[in-house]
Amino acid sequence: MAELTALRLIGLSKCFGSVIANDNVSLTLAKGEVLALLGENGAGKTTLMNMLFGHYLPDAGRVEVADETGTLHPLPLGHPQAALAAGVGMVHQHFALAENINALDNITLGSEPLLALKRDRRSARAKIEGIIERSGLSAPLNVPVGRLSVGERQRVEILKALYRDARILVLDEPTAVLTPQEADTLFENIKAMTKDGLSVIFISHKLREVLAFSDRIAVLRHGKKVGEMATAEADEKAIARMMVGADTPKVARRDMAPGMPILKLSNVSVGGRSQRDRLKGVNLTVHAHEILGVAGISGNGQSGLANVISGLAQPEGGSLSVNDTLVTRPGPGAMVRAGVGRIPEDRHHEGIVGAMSVAENMVIERLDDPAIQSRGLLKRDAIQANAEKLAKAYDVRGPGVTAPSRLLSGGNIQKLILARVFERGPRLILANQPTRGLDMGAAAEVGRRLLEARARGAGVVLISEDLDEILGLADRVVVIRDGNLVEAGSHDREKIGLMMAGEPA
Amino acid sequence: MIRIEPRESPSRAFAVGIPVLSAVISLAFAAIPLLAAGANPLVAYGEMIKGVFGSVFAVSEMLTRATPLIFTGLAAALAFRAKLWNIGAEGQLYLGAMAAVGIGSGFLDISGLLLLPLIIFLGAAAGAVGMMAPTYLKVRFGADEVVTTLLLNFIILIFLQMMLEGPLQDPMGLGWPQSAPVLDQGMLPPLMDRMRVHSGLILALVLAAIAQFMLARSVWGFKLRAVGENTAAARHAGINVRRSLFVVAAISGALAGLAGVSEVAGLKGYLTSDLSPGFGYTGIVVAMLAGLSPVGVVIAALFIASVFVGADSMSRAMGVSSFLADLVVSMSLLCVLVGGFLARYRILRTRAAKA
Repeated sequence: MAELTALRLIGLSKCFGSVIANDNVSLTLAKGEVLALLGENGAGKTTLMNMLFGHYLPDAGRVEVADETGTLHPLPLGHPQAALAAGVGMVHQHFALAENINALDNITLGSEPLLALKRDRRSARAKIEGIIERSGLSAPLNVPVGRLSVGERQRVEILKALYRDARILVLDEPTAVLTPQEADTLFENIKAMTKDGLSVIFISHKLREVLAFSDRIAVLRHGKKVGEMATAEADEKAIARMMVGADTPKVARRDMAPGMPILKLSNVSVGGRSQRDRLKGVNLTVHAHEILGVAGISGNGQSGLANVISGLAQPEGGSLSVNDTLVTRPGPGAMVRAGVGRIPEDRHHEGIVGAMSVAENMVIERLDDPAIQSRGLLKRDAIQANAEKLAKAYDVRGPGVTAPSRLLSGGNIQKLILARVFERGPRLILANQPTRGLDMGAAAEVGRRLLEARARGAGVVLISEDLDEILGLADRVVVIRDGNLVEAGSHDREKIGLMMAGEPA
Repeated sequence: MIRIEPRESPSRAFAVGIPVLSAVISLAFAAIPLLAAGANPLVAYGEMIKGVFGSVFAVSEMLTRATPLIFTGLAAALAFRAKLWNIGAEGQLYLGAMAAVGIGSGFLDISGLLLLPLIIFLGAAAGAVGMMAPTYLKVRFGADEVVTTLLLNFIILIFLQMMLEGPLQDPMGLGWPQSAPVLDQGMLPPLMDRMRVHSGLILALVLAAIAQFMLARSVWGFKLRAVGENTAAARHAGINVRRSLFVVAAISGALAGLAGVSEVAGLKGYLTSDLSPGFGYTGIVVAMLAGLSPVGVVIAALFIASVFVGADSMSRAMGVSSFLADLVVSMSLLCVLVGGFLARYRILRTRAAKA
């Protein structure tokens, strides 16, 4: 294609200690093009983009960005301000918005002189409204960002980049927090903007959206670019193989008749400051040999449901029974004793104590077990042996079981948690976003373990924002919206998506 | 241009090296005011060393000074491990001391052998209560314990002055605000003839060893570390966070109370409102210098006691103000804090790229 080049990354390399995050990666982005950057977690996608944006200084290589006239200029590396000035905008996975001020101020924040006496809000607003009109990215400008939905916040982030006259937009996993419909809208908006000459790089795990919305695909693996192709010529299987270096392990799932009820929530309500924590009189039964998928847009009460099942939240009304036994004094310890295995949503924050060793984190839920301690003293040999056994069985890789657990990668932290949970043979498993941020291999491992537990007779509550994951694993799907649960009744993606958005199906 | 990047994992050499280096650097810096005062720093430090190690008496004085610092250092270190910021060791020390003289000066008619254990127990209990009250306010109402424990120090000090002019006052004391003396059978026995170092030191060392062992090897220590390092994960794992906080509050307060017991029943024999020249606060420095490790607390307490005792003797010998000791102690704390930062982050000089 004889198009104008907007951006060239030439031979970028970056090492962190002994880990090679990027190895001689070169990429070219044409003006008006949507390039999808695919790769497993840890493949180096985010590192590459952070070098482009000046957050990291590359060990080798350079970057060239085209100016308005299309002439390429070398970009000074290691300076986010220079990247911004050259028209590179980045929207991170975790938004960087001030929640207590409104969208307009968030957008203009940082692009105004710090010491100006008077702010020209009228022209700022006019400019933003112009961008909204051209791109279709709508967001309420006068409401504090804290009250906006996740999708709206993301649009504010994109508007922020466009307001600074970004000609190249980098989106790091933009759809991770969106409903399928919201994601589709986002990509339509992006398409509209590329007509005006915007070039887009988006990072993703999701093959489906990559195939549907990109012009070109580049695949990274272990820090190297292993493939690049026009999307029109791409084939899903081939890309997946490129990403993992082998065929993706397909999760084998066979139908199973549900057994006796394991978990019963009747009319359970949970209060809370934010919508994400609230449940409004929820009824739910999970049976043995059953995976119940809870679909929903994030922040609709998933945290509340997870907190009730994991024992972190006290129900304000209703009752909760596990294995036909009423849990009268719910608490994390009580739920563990009742045979509930919990895979927390935020594995760094709630799953592990990072400063403590891998071995210690593997026994943290069973400190009253006589195999681990006697008369208040830890049996260190037993803890060590247990850790070595589990690390082997669950393939927890890292600098060893006596090393602090924070040194593990995200996937290995999750394996540590899986080992801790599944080793006890739980009757009920709460898996809250169990594959978020994991690469395909690790995610498949989580799925396999959940199915194994189901075959053994456990009940599983799978809360996920990834509808594909739910549809692939769950026997039954419920949709959570605004603190209420609704039975989906089928595995119809379209219908579930509409229910998630709160529209009558 | 200077950039600051987090290190992936601070090495073990840093953990030991930084406190040692900080101590050395603080002594080196202290040479500047010594020079300004017209003293030769090398001579001055020679005098300091002589003042600490020059005689059995000097060593005894240093150990006597270190004893309360080990107690208050342990009090701070254990609480800080659980991220419970006990700034109130000074007040808890006086609570322990009040309990000790209250019981020990013949208030109760107790047979000889039981008196000393009872003094120790009640002194520890008084200190424990002094830390558990702010901890209750913290878990129940979210009151910041830094503020409550700090302010409680002043309340307790005023309460002490009231008691010393009231119920605790020595009837034979000619109206001085001081307590009646602790009975002989209630005193911690001295370790050496005609020396001030007393068996409170042994108690402190034993408690430090127990604390070290329990932190690493017991379920209690496991829970304490988990709560301190990541409260959310500890709670999620089913650890009773409140109970852990109360237990460590009680132990921390008790250790600070024992510092008071040890000073009253080991050294002074009676209580005045200037019993402690800030041992509670210095204990925080000791704990930080020790990297919150109980064994480290013993070493740090010995170092700081050496600096104080050595500076005293140096100032007598050379006519330089003994405030130098405070300078060295504060500087070593600053160095440890800066060093801790350097252990966690590396500072890189990057060449400014031409725009």
